[in-house]
Amino acid sequence: MLAHLPVLQVIVPLLAAPACIILRRPGWVWAFALLASGSAFLISIALLQQVADSGVVVYELGGWEAPWGIEYRIDTLNSILALIITGISTIVLLAAHTSIQEEIPEDRQTLFYVLYLLSLAGMLGIVTTGDAFNVFVFLEIFSLSAYALIALGRDRRALWASYQYLIMGSIGATFILIGIGLMYQMTGTLNMEDLSRRLPEVAQTRTIFTAFAFLIVGICLKLALFPLHLWLPNAYAYAPSIVTAFLAATATKVALYLLIRFTYSVFGGSFSFTTLPLQTLFVVLGLLGVFAASITAIYQKNVKLIFAYSSVAQIGYMIVGYSISTPAGLMATLLHMFNHALMKGALFLALGAVMYRVGSVQLRDFHGLGRQMPFTMAAIVAGSLSLIGVPLTVGFVSKWYLVLATIENGWWPVAVLILLGSLLAIVYTWRIVEAGYFNAPPAGNEQVREAPLAYLIPVWMLVSANIYFGIDTRLSIQIATSAAQSLFGVGP
Amino acid sequence: MLSGIYGLLSASFFVTLDAVDVAFTEAAVGAGIATLLMLVTVTMTGRYEHSARHKPIGALAVVLVTGGLLLYGILDMPYFGSIDAPAHLHVAPRYINGSMQEIGVINIVTSVLASYRGFDTLGEVVVIFTAGVGVLALLSAVRRPEEDVEIDSVNVSMHEKYLILRVVTKILIPFILLFALYVQFHGDYGPGGGFQAGVIFAAAIILYSMLFGMSTARRVISQPIIQLLSAIGVLVYGSVGVVSLLNGGNFLDYNLLSDDPVAGQHLGILLVELGIGCTVTSVMVIIFFNFAGRTEDHMRNERKSA
Amino acid sequence: MFLGLYNYWIVVVLMMIGFYIIIAHGNLVKKIVGLNIFQTSVFIFYISVANIDGGTAPILAEGFSRYSNPLPHVLILTAIVVGIATTALGLALAMRIKEAYGSIEEEEIQQRANREC
Repeated sequence: MLAHLPVLQVIVPLLAAPACIILRRPGWVWAFALLASGSAFLISIALLQQVADSGVVVYELGGWEAPWGIEYRIDTLNSILALIITGISTIVLLAAHTSIQEEIPEDRQTLFYVLYLLSLAGMLGIVTTGDAFNVFVFLEIFSLSAYALIALGRDRRALWASYQYLIMGSIGATFILIGIGLMYQMTGTLNMEDLSRRLPEVAQTRTIFTAFAFLIVGICLKLALFPLHLWLPNAYAYAPSIVTAFLAATATKVALYLLIRFTYSVFGGSFSFTTLPLQTLFVVLGLLGVFAASITAIYQKNVKLIFAYSSVAQIGYMIVGYSISTPAGLMATLLHMFNHALMKGALFLALGAVMYRVGSVQLRDFHGLGRQMPFTMAAIVAGSLSLIGVPLTVGFVSKWYLVLATIENGWWPVAVLILLGSLLAIVYTWRIVEAGYFNAPPAGNEQVREAPLAYLIPVWMLVSANIYFGIDTRLSIQIATSAAQSLFGVGP
Repeated sequence: MLSGIYGLLSASFFVTLDAVDVAFTEAAVGAGIATLLMLVTVTMTGRYEHSARHKPIGALAVVLVTGGLLLYGILDMPYFGSIDAPAHLHVAPRYINGSMQEIGVINIVTSVLASYRGFDTLGEVVVIFTAGVGVLALLSAVRRPEEDVEIDSVNVSMHEKYLILRVVTKILIPFILLFALYVQFHGDYGPGGGFQAGVIFAAAIILYSMLFGMSTARRVISQPIIQLLSAIGVLVYGSVGVVSLLNGGNFLDYNLLSDDPVAGQHLGILLVELGIGCTVTSVMVIIFFNFAGRTEDHMRNERKSA
Repeated sequence: MFLGLYNYWIVVVLMMIGFYIIIAHGNLVKKIVGLNIFQTSVFIFYISVANIDGGTAPILAEGFSRYSNPLPHVLILTAIVVGIATTALGLALAMRIKEAYGSIEEEEIQQRANREC
């Protein structure tokens, strides 16, 4: 079985999804989904171990060798992402059963779990494959199930947000398809490893330039890079709480993975950063994203929207780290990916708890929550501290390395701007803290009790992980560094 | 209407470009299913759009930039139809030669689809399944028995109006189903295979339900069974892969399904196409039933409030 | 040169028509039509790449030695299916939006959505 870990990583959730239709009762389906997601998590740990021990793991699907068949090629970067995705998915699922009782009508609950597992399988398929077209197929599995999941939200604005996401996401996916087609036309292959060998000879043609441009724009649409981020805030805000917690922590990471994978492993770092002025472009767009989103967040009254805009800002940080195009910058980006997953997962789950007890996530309904739901508010505070980058949280570690990488590169103004962005984060998170602790509950909300354990356990698991990895940074740094270096050609 | 014509035109274009399997699928899907769904949606949403109040300069600018970039990229492309293009030299020759030797199937597209790149096709089946589940999650509604009685009375009046259509359809449907079965199993030897067969099968069911009323169709084809079928199709496909795993090979390696590798390939492709056909049929039917059901509800509510 | 690549010029024109419809029109159903046109033109592009002069459909037969490239055909079969899945979901969403908001024009929906806090 050990040799088949790469394919099992994707197959377990992929086949668990239709199997859910066979079990009818939502309670059983939840347990089954939890089992599937948990197994996927264990597989990802085993895979990471395998890569650390023996280097890149290659798996041929159907027994056909690449480039005639589809191959899975797992290196450190893939396995880190698989770990993050499956870990978040399992922890978030713990709270799902309770959460959806309030938010999703009973006849749709089984379908919810099916779509959830399909999203998970789609994301895992994207991060494990070594074939460009396979990426497109699993990208669509993930996207379609995400559109449906978001549309399950109670508010009718969820439908509109899902439609907008569908249109923008499909344009992005079609752009990626065009890029793949142009690459195939000039090289004759779809396998990523093979493409990296064959692209240098045709790299100077206009067609490859166009292919590259379309691929990058398509991926950036999925990544929600400013100014292509318009779908994200509404989609996160109006989706069911569990969906937001899951997608906010994972969806854009997968797009960022694709960006890194295509620019470094397929096109090669030197080509990617010289044909288009990607460095300048991404630094500017990343910083614009940080500021535009943070400022917008300050004016929002819906707490979910505040954190959704904050996600756009965090993506901006990750892109800045990426644009430095040195191993240090990439390492900071990967650390920030990890951090953001933990932090946003915890924050949106905690918001889910508030939604469950209070029935709304408007700022004015947060008044007095500090006393009524102490553990939940404490978790939100902890998550916000990580957002800002206060020491003892993972947020501090990743911001530190980010600033370090920019300074190493001589980009002093950028470092200053990053720190300014953190100040903005203090402003919008303070509004929530102030509402929770320094105000009396509004009329009608006095009966609010603390969230059920089903929420508190996963939320605090994520928060503790956040604090733990903020204090003991050896493991995360070691893995992130090894992944960054492997992309630059050193190590597995 | 226009989208139906567009689909048919694309299909014929594909035929002239020697892409017969694709033409078949595009005709069935693009000209058939897509048109159908558009018509059902438009019934509910209205046929006319409001004219835009402002000039879309921004959109025009974006389109011109994108188009310009594409045109720029075309300049270095290998000529259309040239045999030395890189696309034809690297991976394709093995598919063309190996199709008979390694897999024993003369339709090269089927051998690539179901065997060489079988995992992509599993992904494709899952995409259809996802669409079905998504539509179910969005549009399904619980039927109440008194609604069915209402619909039956509409049916009786329809019977007089569309008598000829009904009789002709009743004769045609068995032939359509037979053709679907033919396409399903003939995919190895000519254009065809699971997808096309699934769509044709679904078309027969949809034709029946269009002329005999949704409630009759729902009595013939029960909703839970169809949903179960869609899941089973995907699971059949996956199990073929799992059996290969258990037999000691990689996922979806058909060589291990039988003592003779080529026979194993045949068996694998047969089972996999069956899974595809199963899921495609059930999902198309699910999508149509839910679209039509929702539109019916909407029309009925409008009549009540009018 | 222009004649040798005529297929591709047509493809780009179609693509741009489709793309324009998606972003310029406000009617939700029309956007989906535009998306369809956009995607179909990409299919035609791939199939054009696959075509070989003097070749025939990639089904082995007596007397033919030149076959069109089967790989893009396979890719497009998958892409057609993905396209219909997206269309189905998009139209289902449009129907639900019509029920919830009473309209399928982007501007009107945006107005009604903004009015809720």
